[in-house]
Amino acid sequence: MSPKRFLAVFIARNKEFLRDRAALSWNILFPVLIVAGFAIGFSGKSMDKFKVGLYQDAGVEQSIGAEFLETEYVHFFEVKDLSKALGSVERHQIDMLLDRKTKRYWINTSSPNGYIVERILKGTDAKAFKREEVTGSEIRYVDWVLPGVLGMNMMFSALFGVGYVLVRYRKNGVLKRLKATPLSAVEFLTAQVASRLLLIMSITLIVYFGTDIFVQFAMFGSFFNLFLIFALGAISLVSLGLLVASRTASEEFAGGILNLVSWPMMFLSGVWFSLEGLHPWIQKLSMIFPLTHVISAARAIMIDGASLIQLSGQITTLIIMSAAFLMLGALTFKWE
Amino acid sequence: MDQNDTILTVDKLNKVFGTVNAVDGISFGIRQGRCVGLLGPNGAGKTTTVEMLEGIKKPTSGTILYKGKPLDVSFKREAGIMFQTTALPDFITALETLRMFRDLYPQSMSIDKLVEACSLEEFLDRDAKRLSGGQRQRLLLAIALINDPEIVFLDEPTTGLDPQARRNFWKLIREIRERGKTVVLTTHYMDEAYELCDEILIMDHGKIIAEGTPDALLSRHFNDVVILLPAEDIPEEFHIDGMDMFRSNGTVEIVTADVNTAVERLIDNSISLANMRVRQRTLEDLFIELTGKELRG
Repeated sequence: MSPKRFLAVFIARNKEFLRDRAALSWNILFPVLIVAGFAIGFSGKSMDKFKVGLYQDAGVEQSIGAEFLETEYVHFFEVKDLSKALGSVERHQIDMLLDRKTKRYWINTSSPNGYIVERILKGTDAKAFKREEVTGSEIRYVDWVLPGVLGMNMMFSALFGVGYVLVRYRKNGVLKRLKATPLSAVEFLTAQVASRLLLIMSITLIVYFGTDIFVQFAMFGSFFNLFLIFALGAISLVSLGLLVASRTASEEFAGGILNLVSWPMMFLSGVWFSLEGLHPWIQKLSMIFPLTHVISAARAIMIDGASLIQLSGQITTLIIMSAAFLMLGALTFKWE
Repeated sequence: MDQNDTILTVDKLNKVFGTVNAVDGISFGIRQGRCVGLLGPNGAGKTTTVEMLEGIKKPTSGTILYKGKPLDVSFKREAGIMFQTTALPDFITALETLRMFRDLYPQSMSIDKLVEACSLEEFLDRDAKRLSGGQRQRLLLAIALINDPEIVFLDEPTTGLDPQARRNFWKLIREIRERGKTVVLTTHYMDEAYELCDEILIMDHGKIIAEGTPDALLSRHFNDVVILLPAEDIPEEFHIDGMDMFRSNGTVEIVTADVNTAVERLIDNSISLANMRVRQRTLEDLFIELTGKELRG
């Protein structure tokens, strides 16, 4: 690995991207427009379904609070971690937490949905349950969706920005010309990853702090942790882009494969909606996408203030995926 | 040939694509400091051959030795290559492109010298995609020379250039030769090969069908000249026994080793000699004779 050769390609690639004004503007404007759209369209609204968490509900006598549990348009689901569930109530993500075993419930005193669900509960057989209060400000949909939008922009920039460029270079002979020099495939690919990583992280920072001025996102975790997760995510997605483009010289074929990879990720990685309500098989399928792990980790940091230790599963998965994609990409890489 | 000054040795080189034998067991040597031309009609296998010599394509069988050793990293360091078609990275100026390629090699020529040698001054700050055909070829030649190579491969370097730009390019190639570099040139232009090459290899159907210096090849294959006359001066039925005559593009060509007899027969038939020209045989004639094909078709 020659640092001089790596830098030569890295610098040239950065200049190329920064001077491509159309691509650069689009990479910044696209996520800003989406965030702005959601900030305006969903201002003041949280997710629109009533949600009641049932704390450690398995095995509890069915008749306790049965009437309340039959309420339509309320989504009841079991939760196991009390502190996590209370955190969700604090941030208005869950409208009520119910513990049928100890006949208690928790609501957020500033949550309109919590108020409505409590009124419903008072009209049922659970009216005698003990009321516990929590406080905390609401997580808006725009707060929830921001990590998804940033992740999605990162995905498109990584897959198409690297994949398409590589295929175009192969098709028009730039790669063939570079092959005739002492530059090795590893040096070339590493420079591509590093260049795109730098650009993606710069754009993500610009978009995050640029939109934060107007929208003031909820951020309960560490910025360093968030940066690390996005950097790991960018590396894994750029590596996936390299793998997809490692052999083909057909832009049409590469475009098809990139779409085949990006569209399922866009809908099944939790960009727009939570995966919790989806069929278990789809939830399992979503785990094969690096974007799922990036978004869930970023959301956990921003909304729940999660630490890196709590996110060790996502971090390990992203590292393994990046290594596998890069290794496969380097092994299958063709200059021509 | 003195084996000691052979820089590139090719032995029984084969390249098969599916069922097509693109290069069929060719062998030759290239001596240091010489300019060798590889000629052939489209599909003859010359670009495949050159790309194997450049280390871009792997041979199906056979060996290529550079300075007595198989092609390796040291060959990449010492070879300069100008492909037939090469795109350059977008949004990068000519100067930045030169700098990028310079940094890919452990040794390099001074960029200032290259700029002067290849006349790049006027467009150094221009994006590579905004260059004219001639400017682009000069930049690609400069890139091929950036590592101060021992051997330079030029694959149809003047295709698409106007006559003036071609002649300017020839001057650059002669200067490379004068600096003691070995040049391997593939070209469609016979005048270019004649002007620049010390030796010529003519390929067809993947094989070398003739090789030698341009003059030696011509004298080996031809002992005649061509008499040219306007077609309107010669009746359709006119013919001279034992001589080939061809009509094309308003001209009649009489191929003969006996100019006196031909002229006598023309005078006997009251044919005007006012516009008569006589020319020597050219590499183009040799090419057509050997391959049966026009070069530019």
